[in-house]
This record gives sequence, structure tokens and C-alpha cells, in this order.
Amino acid sequence: MEDRIKMKRNNNLLTGADIFFECLKREKVEYIFGYPGGAVLKLYEHLYDVDFLKHILVRHEQGAVHAAEGYAKASGKVGAVLVTSGPGATNTVTGIADAYMDSVPIVVFTGQVSSHLIGNDAFQEADIIGITRPITKHNFLVRDVRELASTIRKAFYIASTGRPGPVVVDLPKDVIASKCEFVYDEEVDIRGYKPTYKGHSNQIKKAAEVISKAKRPLLYVGGGVIMSNGSNELALFARENKLPVTMTLQGLGAFPGTDELSLGMLGMHGTYWANRAVDSCDVLVSLGARFDDRVTGKVDTFATGAFKIHVDIDPTAIDKNVVVDLPIVGDVKHILAELASEIPAPPDTSEWLAQINAWKDECPLTYEDNDGRLRTEYVIEKISEKTKGEAVIVTDVGQHQMWTAQHYKYNNPRSNLTSGGLGTMGFSLPASIGASFAVKDRPVISISGDGGFQMNIQELTTAVANKLPLKIFIINNTFLGMVRQWQELFHKEKYSFTDLGSSNPDFVKVGEAFGIESYSTDNPKDVGSLLDKAFSVKDRPFLIEFKVVKEDMVFPMIPSGASISDMMVNRLNPKRMT
Amino acid sequence: MKHTISVLVENRFGAFDRVATMFSGKGFNIKSISVGETEISEVSRMTIVTEGDDQIIDQVVKQLNRLIDTIKVVDLAEVYHVERELALINIGIHKGSMEEIKNICDIFRGNIVDITNKSMMIEITGPPDKIDAAVNVLAPFGIKEMARSGIVALKRGEQVKIHKKENIT
Ligand SMILES: Cc1ncc(C[n+]2csc(CCOP(=O)(O)OP(=O)(O)O)c2C)c(N)n1
Repeated sequence: MEDRIKMKRNNNLLTGADIFFECLKREKVEYIFGYPGGAVLKLYEHLYDVDFLKHILVRHEQGAVHAAEGYAKASGKVGAVLVTSGPGATNTVTGIADAYMDSVPIVVFTGQVSSHLIGNDAFQEADIIGITRPITKHNFLVRDVRELASTIRKAFYIASTGRPGPVVVDLPKDVIASKCEFVYDEEVDIRGYKPTYKGHSNQIKKAAEVISKAKRPLLYVGGGVIMSNGSNELALFARENKLPVTMTLQGLGAFPGTDELSLGMLGMHGTYWANRAVDSCDVLVSLGARFDDRVTGKVDTFATGAFKIHVDIDPTAIDKNVVVDLPIVGDVKHILAELASEIPAPPDTSEWLAQINAWKDECPLTYEDNDGRLRTEYVIEKISEKTKGEAVIVTDVGQHQMWTAQHYKYNNPRSNLTSGGLGTMGFSLPASIGASFAVKDRPVISISGDGGFQMNIQELTTAVANKLPLKIFIINNTFLGMVRQWQELFHKEKYSFTDLGSSNPDFVKVGEAFGIESYSTDNPKDVGSLLDKAFSVKDRPFLIEFKVVKEDMVFPMIPSGASISDMMVNRLNPKRMT
Repeated sequence: MKHTISVLVENRFGAFDRVATMFSGKGFNIKSISVGETEISEVSRMTIVTEGDDQIIDQVVKQLNRLIDTIKVVDLAEVYHVERELALINIGIHKGSMEEIKNICDIFRGNIVDITNKSMMIEITGPPDKIDAAVNVLAPFGIKEMARSGIVALKRGEQVKIHKKENIT
């Protein structure tokens, strides 16, 4: 077999640690985000002399996983993590769950106590395989050094193919230290795992016919289009056939936000016109999306009049939340290309597009801007303008996340990195650090709330240590804003434990303590010049705190589990729609 | 509706746990589960009885297929198949009841596998509804303990033509 590589070093057998790095080299891993400890000391001993790979020392293992996610989402490659056993491993759990929910390809290597100690409550032992079983695409405990190379090969293969996801590889200390011949197979054959890439031709033909005859077609685009690198195919298909496009939170960037066919985001905080379009369309084409509850609200009333076509690489996504009329399992990039070539004639959508534009005029995204006070929407609009939609934007979770989704006009795929499925506060800063290693030619911007920023604040050190030209923007509304919003709307205005104002640190001093040039403003007039200053710095992090009003809420909003007819369009005008 | 699902899995560390974790994590219920060897040494067969409407069963099958360690998943409700279960039933004996229990055991073609002056244990094999029937008839005598194996099932050989969805046992 040509693809098989056998190797002995100086006629000696290789140690597990040697094999580990030989494998990473073959997987073309450029960066590994990690934190050392007892169980992985042997690996760190080798790492000291490794030159093909850069180890990035984070300051908390959760940060390592989010950094790997940021790297993976921005680059399309697999993110790699290395941590020690016990607490090192358990600290990765939130990040792994996050990657699982958002289908991010990462491989997490955890140290483990020696094989003979497993199960003995040994020092720093944790059953990380058991703990991560429900939140990984797959996980492996390597029980014999002879299985190490093939396991690592499989781990990267599983993480990156089909519907991507996190894979954990648990490495007992003795396995890393023992020796064997290095045998490496390029080919992977797992009999229980054969992802489907090619869509069923007849189904695609049928879908093309249905779309061609549609009067009010709508493309509903999710993160799958970005993962399959299908943005060009999507743009061609949508433009040739004049099909309006709405995107999920993860889908933003798959289609340019400035295109007239883009309706922006749909769902809970989606635009009025995107949600009206979902409600009124006669053919809904879901592309790499999963009918998540933040998108559908009450499923019984979701797009009831539409013939639903669902394209997804994961068969379990189909008929899970919403039963569809025409499923197509396969890679959305290829299916989009085939759909485009099978369309007998483009549908006439001029009336439909006019209707959508009328909705847009009826209820545009607006906010108070005449009282001289600073608002998040304004900050995001300015960032969007200054970067011309070309930056990589890494948001945290909360109001600022939704406002960014609404107001930043993403031009490119892989430039909107955010925690959607799990909604993990503390994601932004470490993920933006990971993304900074993948993206060198465009600015990488971390946007967090004052709450979430404090959840992985220690990673400021990592940004400084690596001289990353990261823009760190804190939207400080002195509240856990999104929770405050729900408290105001649904919990009798009892602002229970969401007021951070009196206890928040001075963020400028925090930044400075970490050695970062830091500024703060509450004046809309200063935003432009501060951003200019931030973007002129290219060799180190830069921090700005934007002090915004605390009482603003994100609208439109469809309350959880409600229907589009329950949409609150703005504060003064709840239930404008009927 | 009840469905019996046959799953071939890699006989590997953690594989059964993965299947069970999937059921609990997704909120699917397991009525019975049995695991054992197959004709191939590194492959095990799990026979799982679950319950749910068509959409749920569709998800169960897809989610099982999605697991990396599963090799083949068949919803046996869609094919002719044979189902068997084994039960060990320990029954208290009272004056004169022994003969009656023995008769019932014969009717169900069971075996008496243990006997003391206070109780007798019978072994019954068959389709699950036969076991249910035996349990019903024996209950009035006082069942002290019972162990049921859970169902094992195999689809019938290919000589049987499948005309429609139906269970034959
Ligand atoms: C780890 C974690 N804990 C709790 C929550 C619940 N939660 C969702 S949004 C939010 C408030 C976020 O506040 P902040 O970071 O200040 O952002 P803002 O909403 O004000 O923009 C909270 C607490 C969460 N998403 N993640």
C-alpha cells in the first residue's frame, strides 16, 4: 500500500509522544492550543523541540477549546487542543459542548492517568470519555500505543468530514511513554461511518422543478453552507433565479448582507421582513440549517403554507423539528450547483420581491439616535462601515450579539464567529484569539458584553503574549443585558442579579494592567476616531469600552415558543403584526 | 407503537454506553435492551425495544445510524422477523399449588429449573407475548422474583417474501 508509512527512528521504535507529533505533522496541524500538566508532561517535553507546529499557551483550558473553535471556524481547518488529565480535561467540557452544538471540527487531546490506574480515583483522574460522550461526535480512549496513530488519523477524519464536530482523544500517560513501530495509513476506513455527500439526483430534480414553479420562494440558509464552502454556489443560484435569502445566526456571511436579495437574519431577533417572508412563502428551501427553535418559534405555525425542501448532510436533521416535504441528504455545496443546473426556468419573483421590500419599508431596523447617548446599534453600524463588512467579527452571547447580527453587513463567509447553539458566554475573546492565527489579512474583532467579557478575561494575556492585532470591544451596558430584557418583558421587571454596574471593574484599567492600550467612551461622536485608532494598530491588541445605555432592548422579538404573529416590533409597538 | 430495533455495533470499549447514552440524552425510551455476540467476533448485536410515533422512531433509527460505532441498524417492524425472550420466574408454593404450577409450566413448554419446599423456579422461552401470558397466569400463585432477558430478534431468511409490513413471531 502506497499510502502506508512505516517508520523507525534510528532503528529504534518510536514512543507514543513521537508518534503523536508525527501524526499532527501529517494532519498539517499548524497550531495547537493548550495547557500543560502532569499527565502530558512527556508530550510537552517533545513539544519543546517541535518546529512544524506552534503551541499557543492559553490561560484556561476553556479558552483553548474556544480558541481552537475560532481557528477552525475562520480557517475551515481542524482546530487542535492539548490539555492535561482531570481538571485540565474537565475545563474543556463547555468548549466541547459548544463545538458540538455548532458543528465545529476540533480534536481535543486530553491526558489521562496511566492505564493501570484508570478507575482507581487516581490523582487527577476524570472519566473524560464518559463525561464527553454526549457532547462529542465521537471519542476515543487509546489503550495501546499501537493504536495511537490510527486513532489520531480517525479523530481528524471524523471531526472534519460529514457534519463536522468535536472529537476527544484520551491519552493515558503510559501509552504516550511506551514504544512501537510507527505505522500510518493515509486511508481511513470506518465501516460504521460513511457520510453521504452526493444528493439524490431525482430529489434534486424535483426540488428544482418546485422552485422553478414557485411564486414566493425563499432560501433559508444556515451554517452548513459556510462549512461546505458553498457560498459561491449559493450566490450564483440565488442571483440567477432572483431568490431572496434569509440566514440563521450561523448562516450570516454565507451570502453578502449588502445584496438586495439578502433579508438578513430570521427567527427570534430576525428582521421583520425576513420573518414575514417565512410566514408567507410558498416554497421554503432550507440549506444547511436545522429548524432550530430560535428560528421556528412555535413549529405548528412555522411557514405553514410552504412546501418545504430540506438540504442537509446530516440525516438526523431531517424531520427532527419540522416535517418537510422533500428532503435531500448530502453536501449542500454540490447540491446547490446541481440545483442551479437543473432549474428548468427561473421563477418570476418580481412581485414577491416587491412585497418583501414593502415590508422592509414598513418596519426597518431603527433605534433612538437623537438624544446624544451611545447605543450598541450605532457602534456596530460604525464598525460595519469602517471595515466595509470585511472584518472577522467574533461576538459573545447576549444583546450585543443580536445587534451585531442585525447591523453588521458581513460580506464573506467565515467572518461571523459566534456561539449559537449552546450560547456560551465567554466565547468571544478566546475564539477571536484562535481566529487571529487563521486570519492575517483582515481585522479580527472581538465584541463582548460587560458580563461575558469577564468569563474568559484571563485570555487577554494570551492575546498580549502573542502580539495579536486583535480589536477587543466591550459593549458595557452595566447589565446582563439580554437577561435584563427578559426580566423587563416577561418577569415583572424584577431585575434579579443582572445589575453589574456597581461591581464592574474599570475596563480601561483592566486592559492596561494586561499591557493593552485601552480607551473608553460614552459619546457617539468619539466612536469614529477611536475605531480609526484601533484599526491603525497592527502589531498588538487594542481595547475599547463602549459605555452604552442600559435600558435598550433588542427588537424585533418573537418571544420563545411563540408565532410570527406575536412579533414585538419595537418597545412602543408590541404586537404590531397580526 | 412498539418497535424492535436490531443494531450491529463494534464490540469496542464504550460502544454500548454510547448507544444507551444516546437514548437517554435524546429522551427516547428503552423498553428492553439486550446485547450479545454475533457470528463475527468483533461485532455485537443489540436488540432494543422502544416506543414512539413514526417521527420518533425515524429519529431513533437515524440517531443510531449516526453513531460511529454502529454498523447496521434495522427497524424490524418493517421486516418479517423472529422475536424471543427468556424469563426465569420464581413462584412461591402453597399446599397443592405445585401440581397446578407444573401444569401451567407444561402448557407454556417451560422447564422447572429449581425447586425448594417454599418455591419453584421455571424457565420459559418464547415470543414476548407468550411470556406476558405466562406471567399473568402465574401471578395469582405469588411471583417472588422474576428476571426477563429482554428480546433478541433476527429477521427471517430471504426465502420469505415480504408483501407488507407485519410481524410474524
Ligand atoms: C455561560 C453562560 N451563563 C449564562 C448565560 C445566560 N445569559 C445569556 S445572555 C446573558 C447576559 C449577557 O450579558 P452581557 O455579557 O453583559 O451581554 P449583553 O446581553 O448585555 O449584551 C446571560 C447571563 C449564558 N448564555 N452563558
